[in-house]
Amino acid sequence: MYYKSKGYRIFSIFNHILLILVALSCLLPMLHLLAQSFSSKTAVNGNLVSFWPVDFNIEAYVKTFKNTNFTGSMRISVVRTVLGTLISMFIITTSGYALSKDFRGRNALMWIFIFTMLFSGGLIPSYILVTKLGLKDTIWSLVLPGAFGAYNLILIMNFFKTIPKALEEAAFIDGASFFVIFRKIYLPLSLPGLATVGLFIMVGSWNAWFDGILYMSNTTDYPLASFLQTVVVQGSAQSMALSQSEAAALSEQSIKAAQIFISTLPIILVYPFLQKYFVKGIVLGAVKE
Amino acid sequence: MNTQLKWSEKANVKKNRKNPWKKEIKKNWPLYVLCIPALVFVLIFAYGPMVGLVMAFQDYKPWLGITGSTWIGWDNFARIFQYKEATQSIINTLIIAVIKIIVGIIVPIFMAILLSEIRNMGIKKSIQTLVYLPHFLSWVTVAGIMIDILGLDGGINHFLTNFLGLKPIFFLGDPTLFRPTIIISDLWKNFGFGMIVYLAVITGIDPSYYEAAEIDGASRRQQIRHVTLPSMMPMIIVIATLSLGNILDAGFDQIFNLYNPLVYSTGDIIDTYVYRSSLLNGQYGFGTAVGLFKSGISFILIVISYRIAYKVANYKIF
Repeated sequence: MYYKSKGYRIFSIFNHILLILVALSCLLPMLHLLAQSFSSKTAVNGNLVSFWPVDFNIEAYVKTFKNTNFTGSMRISVVRTVLGTLISMFIITTSGYALSKDFRGRNALMWIFIFTMLFSGGLIPSYILVTKLGLKDTIWSLVLPGAFGAYNLILIMNFFKTIPKALEEAAFIDGASFFVIFRKIYLPLSLPGLATVGLFIMVGSWNAWFDGILYMSNTTDYPLASFLQTVVVQGSAQSMALSQSEAAALSEQSIKAAQIFISTLPIILVYPFLQKYFVKGIVLGAVKE
Repeated sequence: MNTQLKWSEKANVKKNRKNPWKKEIKKNWPLYVLCIPALVFVLIFAYGPMVGLVMAFQDYKPWLGITGSTWIGWDNFARIFQYKEATQSIINTLIIAVIKIIVGIIVPIFMAILLSEIRNMGIKKSIQTLVYLPHFLSWVTVAGIMIDILGLDGGINHFLTNFLGLKPIFFLGDPTLFRPTIIISDLWKNFGFGMIVYLAVITGIDPSYYEAAEIDGASRRQQIRHVTLPSMMPMIIVIATLSLGNILDAGFDQIFNLYNPLVYSTGDIIDTYVYRSSLLNGQYGFGTAVGLFKSGISFILIVISYRIAYKVANYKIF
């Protein structure tokens, strides 16, 4: 047995160490952020905080949740995520089901959908279209343009294809229509697949920041990710809404850290469910029979 | 099919040939109906903007619109090669994207093999859980952490100056360091996600191959070289081929959140340049032309890559 040899044992020890270090490198930045958000100004500005809070306090969180800009953005993010996921799932499952069947014109339709993966109008034409449709400064500019994704359509279509044809034929004989079969057989049976794609879409819309900056003229209309972009990258102090006296007591970095952490929390919460499904989903999407 | 058709059936075939759609729609109309919502979305939001591509050939003025702006032919495209900034952004895009693609293929393969050597399921699962996580964080979040850690008064420089007595390093403001910083952080964020497919392939390898190799006296290293790698090859070829279509995508989300005027010379990419030149400076026609230049080349590359993937590995898009 190879793993009893001395050479392999030495390799194995190093291998374990290396991989555990790599795995830690994925966790520690988040821990560092969390520690900063609970630490005092002197500790944060003096670089004394590593992975454990120094002078523990929750001021940064209190301040963040009092900031109406932040809570408002959070609400917009929740609305856009729910709305976006529902609309996306609706148009992708309906067309995905139809395209998993064979009918006249199916391939032509499929290419109309696939072509969007290969070629797009680009940033400026899309921006002008959304403006011309009168969607600018409305929640719809965040929900509608990205609702259809060809890659997700292919994933869902492949899930539907794995469902045995015999079920459908039996239902047909019992007099069920395509609609009934879709609702009563296909949707319930492909729940894991739908959950995978649904979670992906959710994470995607929660994390989307550019469209908010593009289509919203007022920062008060920003979803959380766009709001965070202005705080983190452009470092605008007004988004943090600190008064003079507060700025003396609170580190800007603590506030930033708290805001980043709160906005990442939903992702971390759905992540365990994501992980359960997505390995299956991705492999099925990548490897076809 | 019986070649000897009755005359009545012959007439039927004729009728069907005249209007094959009639019968089809009667039988499958729900399937057509189910495609309508997606079709409407695609026609408006994916094909709608393509109409706007004519702006690339115009001196577009928002108040005149597409119908009222003057046509200037290929002038905007000529400008791409006259403006130093535009040419530089194309070069930067190619360099960053190509390196990202190469390390983004090699590292996950390497890591997947190393991880498959860990036989303790608990440790393996924990490592997997942790390395997949960064993929799901937004670039805004990651940029926030990076700006803090890599900044001049950030953790790393604090360590370098206070403990090692070195000069601080300006990761995000030094043109020579910007690209490596971008590439390494992108790798950190996405290598775990790239591993998934390879791990699935390794898990699917028939154990009897390894047993046979072992009986023939192959060491573990030889087993990996002659069993594991060849089994992964089809997948590697498909992924490598398909990434050909991404060589003009250097990662807008990442660069936009990390770059600044100090590093435009090495870090400005096509997408960020389009954003600045059009939406910030109002050169809509020119910005559209640069964008079209990019999507046109990408389109050709994607089509070629799918052709190759189909020929070599029998990979079909659907």
